Amino acid sequence: MATPRTIIDKIWDAHAIVTRVDGDTLLWIDRHFVHEGSHHGFGQVAARGARVERPDLTFGVADHYAPTRPNAVQSPEVRAMVAKLDANTRTHGVRNFGIGDPRRGIAHVVAPELGLTLPGLAIVCGDSHTSTHGALGAYAFGIGASEVAHVLMTQTIWQSRPRRMRIRVDGALTPGVAAKDMALALIERLGAGYARGCAIEYAGSAIRGLSIEGRLTLCNLSIELGSRLGLVAPDETTFAYLRDRPFGPGGAAFEAAVANWRELASDDEAAFDVDIAIDGAAIPPTVTWGVNPEQAAPITATVPDPDRAPDPLKAEAWRDAIDYMGLRAGMKLTEIRVDRVFIGSCTNSRIEDLRAAAAVLTGRKAVVPGLVSPGSMTVKRRAEAEGLDRVFIDAGLEWADAGCSMCVGMNGEEVPPGERCASTTNRNFKGRQGKGSRTHLMSPAMAAAAAVTGHLTDARPLLAGRRP
Amino acid sequence: MTPFTSLEAPACPLGLANVDTDQLIPARFMQTPRAEGYGKFLLHDLRRDEAGAPKTGFPLNDPRYAGARAMIARKNFGCGSSREAAVYVLVDSGYRCVIAPSFGDIFSSNAIKNGLLPAIVSEADADALLANASIVAGGALRVDLAEQTIVAGNLVVPFTVRTDWKQRLLNGWDDVDLTKSFARDIAAFVAADAKLRPWARPVAPDGEN
Ligand code: SF4
Repeated sequence: MATPRTIIDKIWDAHAIVTRVDGDTLLWIDRHFVHEGSHHGFGQVAARGARVERPDLTFGVADHYAPTRPNAVQSPEVRAMVAKLDANTRTHGVRNFGIGDPRRGIAHVVAPELGLTLPGLAIVCGDSHTSTHGALGAYAFGIGASEVAHVLMTQTIWQSRPRRMRIRVDGALTPGVAAKDMALALIERLGAGYARGCAIEYAGSAIRGLSIEGRLTLCNLSIELGSRLGLVAPDETTFAYLRDRPFGPGGAAFEAAVANWRELASDDEAAFDVDIAIDGAAIPPTVTWGVNPEQAAPITATVPDPDRAPDPLKAEAWRDAIDYMGLRAGMKLTEIRVDRVFIGSCTNSRIEDLRAAAAVLTGRKAVVPGLVSPGSMTVKRRAEAEGLDRVFIDAGLEWADAGCSMCVGMNGEEVPPGERCASTTNRNFKGRQGKGSRTHLMSPAMAAAAAVTGHLTDARPLLAGRRP
Repeated sequence: MTPFTSLEAPACPLGLANVDTDQLIPARFMQTPRAEGYGKFLLHDLRRDEAGAPKTGFPLNDPRYAGARAMIARKNFGCGSSREAAVYVLVDSGYRCVIAPSFGDIFSSNAIKNGLLPAIVSEADADALLANASIVAGGALRVDLAEQTIVAGNLVVPFTVRTDWKQRLLNGWDDVDLTKSFARDIAAFVAADAKLRPWARPVAPDGEN
């Protein structure tokens, strides 16, 4: 009998072209997504006078610098970034979901919904949240500009085989607890660098119980755990999601693909280098209080006391975070007042995320300003068909177009210095949402709850009796 | 890529943990063409005050480390985004080596591509280097890649780096040329794969190319 293999190894083996004596393997890449920031990569291609090897497997998406407000006045530099992507993709015959395209949005939202992301594919993009695509059982990871150039020129990449990590979450999440809470709780418990050098398979009944959208949120945050990629083995939920997607296989080809995809699951006896288990039922709604995603706590908790930190380095880090965030040790998290909310980003901008936020906001008013940016124009149209845009607008929030928007502030939409934002994004680094900005990460329902009360809030009572 | 064999120069004892790529270069600077040089953006918001003036006491602004070519930090250096610009800011400032107990995965592979050595030392050795009187005074630190050692005054500390990365740095190898030498293997793979995974090619929706 063949040696039992994990899904990580199965996909790796299916893409391995050659392995050098030093152990690096040349992998075939099935999909390469490029965005405005890929200009350094295209620049390296141009410098060599080279061509894009497989334009048919390369897709452009304007997301980081895309305007999301109708009358946004963007700087010439920002507009030039979008134009540069248009020009580079045109030069090389690469399909581009640019500003005028009705399917445009954030790459990590657009590709799954168009069926460009499929189980068993190797996917790269010059963006660390490429791990998102693992939700469909793809081997997907972020790469740097020199690697972008290499993939553009060869459709391959050199990698060393990662260590395999399995994170099992069993049991069922309790009501009002979302995939975002699961991810933040994992990072809080394990630490921001825990999975460095590893590829993660998320398994267990709580993971199986997540929708594809929930899995996309969870896999998105793998990089915040230190891993370049995290994936979920494809199952019936995955196959149902992928049926009839525009760029995916259809008809008989789809059935043949499903038969292949079923083979991807890790073999029963397959060994993982790290194997951990977490109880899903014990995961509370979780928010970050500090300046990296591991500085998180249940919403019912308090800002920790640096004097009680487990070690001096942590104490120093906590003190620095509390200072930057303008908090007091020991204060209740629910006492933290916010200046605005942002609902969007590749972490939480899909239709289910918007529904969860709307469930809290229906019939209520926001007491602070807020921006809601759907992850794609497809999501936007769907939300409008469901009347979610009315819920946001009636609550007093701004309903915007699709893009990375306030997640990173590259398109000019920033959190002003010193202001505090309840955000559904993935990074609460200092200045991430704009110079001097303070970010608290949370789920869409929790961000909506913060909008309604003006402070960090447990969304569960506000969700009672409502359908998320 | 410029090969790396050794360096001998002052080191900047930064001493911070979890220096993420948003700190190394804030996103708003990333529209700049590389030709303009990225050095001025290195740790921009950490080293300057509200008004943009250099903060005194921040190691990077300390004249003793003006000629530094190595940086010493604590764990998880370069975590966060995949932006290679986080390496450009270091390289364009003259750095060829960062010494830390651990690095963000994408940061390290970007570093190698740009001839910057991510040297991994133990937590204790990082502490020892940061406290070393010669380093603090701005004395020369020697990094030898072949030997995998760091020497500062009387202190000698070993470091680790992946063997394939070490070879690449020592030789200044270029990946693309290397890959092109495997063109026949790639072609054979593509032919076989088309039969094994016919569904893996994207299908263009009707009426589009
Ligand atoms: S939404 Fe934020 S995290 Fe996601 S790709 Fe855009 S900038 Fe990166």
